[in-house]
Amino acid sequence: MQAPPMTNSDNHAAGLRRDERLEKLKLFGLASPALLLILVILVIPVGWLFYVSFVGADGSFSLENYQRMIESKSYARIFRTTFQVSFLTTAICILIGYPLAYFMAQLPQRLANLCLITVLLPFWTSLLVRTYAWLVLLQKRGLVNEWAMSIGLWDEPLKFVHNLNGTLIGMVHIMLPFLILPTYGAMKAIDKDYLKASSNLGASPVRAFWTVFFPLSTPGLFAGALMVFVLCLGFFVTPAVLGGGKVILVSMKIVSNIELFVNWGAASALGVVLLVLTMSILWIASRFLNFKNMVGGGQ
Amino acid sequence: MFKWLHKSATETQISHGQRLWLYILASIIMFLLVVPTLIVIPMSFSDSQYLQFPPDVWSTRWYAHYLGSSEWMLATRTSLKAAFLTMLVATPIGILAAYGLHTSRIPFLRMAFVMMIMPMMVPVVLVAVGAFYAFVKLKILYTLTGLVLAHSILAVPLVVIVTGAALQSYDMNQENAARSLGAPRWKAFLTITLPQIRFAVVTSALLSFLTSFDEVVIALFISGGDNPTLTRNMFNALRDQIDPTIAAISTIMIILTTLLMVLAQIFGRGKS
Repeated sequence: MQAPPMTNSDNHAAGLRRDERLEKLKLFGLASPALLLILVILVIPVGWLFYVSFVGADGSFSLENYQRMIESKSYARIFRTTFQVSFLTTAICILIGYPLAYFMAQLPQRLANLCLITVLLPFWTSLLVRTYAWLVLLQKRGLVNEWAMSIGLWDEPLKFVHNLNGTLIGMVHIMLPFLILPTYGAMKAIDKDYLKASSNLGASPVRAFWTVFFPLSTPGLFAGALMVFVLCLGFFVTPAVLGGGKVILVSMKIVSNIELFVNWGAASALGVVLLVLTMSILWIASRFLNFKNMVGGGQ
Repeated sequence: MFKWLHKSATETQISHGQRLWLYILASIIMFLLVVPTLIVIPMSFSDSQYLQFPPDVWSTRWYAHYLGSSEWMLATRTSLKAAFLTMLVATPIGILAAYGLHTSRIPFLRMAFVMMIMPMMVPVVLVAVGAFYAFVKLKILYTLTGLVLAHSILAVPLVVIVTGAALQSYDMNQENAARSLGAPRWKAFLTITLPQIRFAVVTSALLSFLTSFDEVVIALFISGGDNPTLTRNMFNALRDQIDPTIAAISTIMIILTTLLMVLAQIFGRGKS
């Protein structure tokens, strides 16, 4: 077989294809200001942090920043605290957030919207304001201690702030909406007929919940819990204020390495570990979850 | 509205009485979600150096102190300026990007999208440290320009996601029709598409404003000197002592953000 001779219409088609490619590139160019901004302010500096983390005190390539992290007991403690705080916060958020989402998902829409405001109001209030509010409430002579002592719950003022308790209370309060919103979204999407069918077939309400409702709600719960965990790993403001220097997380160590010790090598190595941890958790999760659901809060 | 009370609570015929524990638990949680934040409002009107609830003597002295302090006023001006400029920078850039990503179907689109939402995924401490380094090199540390640029990269992903979602549900054929009738693409976009995604545009503009206004960690690193932000000063004050002035500022911030979000809800309504 011989290739058919080039005709005018073939030329025309090739031209159109070229035009189309050009048009696509031009359209993509519209995204370039945003990409450029992110490249200059985020990608390149973070790349530089990668580089700095592999440079030793004498200016040559070395792994000493990472070695210090492995050998030093204080760094091990910081990582342990970070995981402990993130894990506990996530667990408490699930225990508190799931029942509330379940409660809201079964209310009539108008009532549910009303209840949803109680989740959204803290969501859009400044995190600094909320942290401050907890500081005021939980301090030694704060409302919580005063009231509890006046009704005789405890006699001595309990220490809630400047320790792990205060940090957890504040962080759970701030993270709860991130768990509730996707969980609520997943629950609303469950077809109620499945539950009717299961009880029709003789399942007790408890069994219907655990074998039908709960498994169907797990994608939202999982997305929310993951979001909370990842956000906790890099959290700074609330633990810095409510932890009062007693609870030191990775992010706080990065800041103090730069602000107090001007030790860019140590700070950047910590930053690289934090970034790699966060990104790999998100990447693994994106294999199982619809990424858009997570970013959009499941709404 | 309360008709539902007479029906069974779930499809599995549980009565409301059997689920009383859930209602009590949910009420407590909702109480704890809202009240700790709102309690700052009455406390800010206390006359005492120590925040009281309910205040023994009511006064507005902490508001007077805030309004009379040149330091807090400077910080407030910086925050408002930065938030407004961030809105002006991030919204158009984000809309352009969302439109570009939506219409051009090139192979490495997914990668571009991931890069676009990168600022939401990277821990904010690292964004702050990175921006600090970049701004030292670019010589824009402690300037308003630097603050706006850094806050814009946090706001752009929000704009891209919100307007991108609006473009997804918008019928592009309308724009194509306008173009086949002779309108250039930019004109078709401005006169046909933009008016129809305007709710998303307004929402994302308000979100950009709020993102910048509420941001703490980046501001700690790259704002200061002549341009400290409100959040930066608040954070530093919090670490030292519990200054009642912050309760007054917090109250103002709660009212401002609630106002903005109510606006966003009203404008967002028209979407569905």
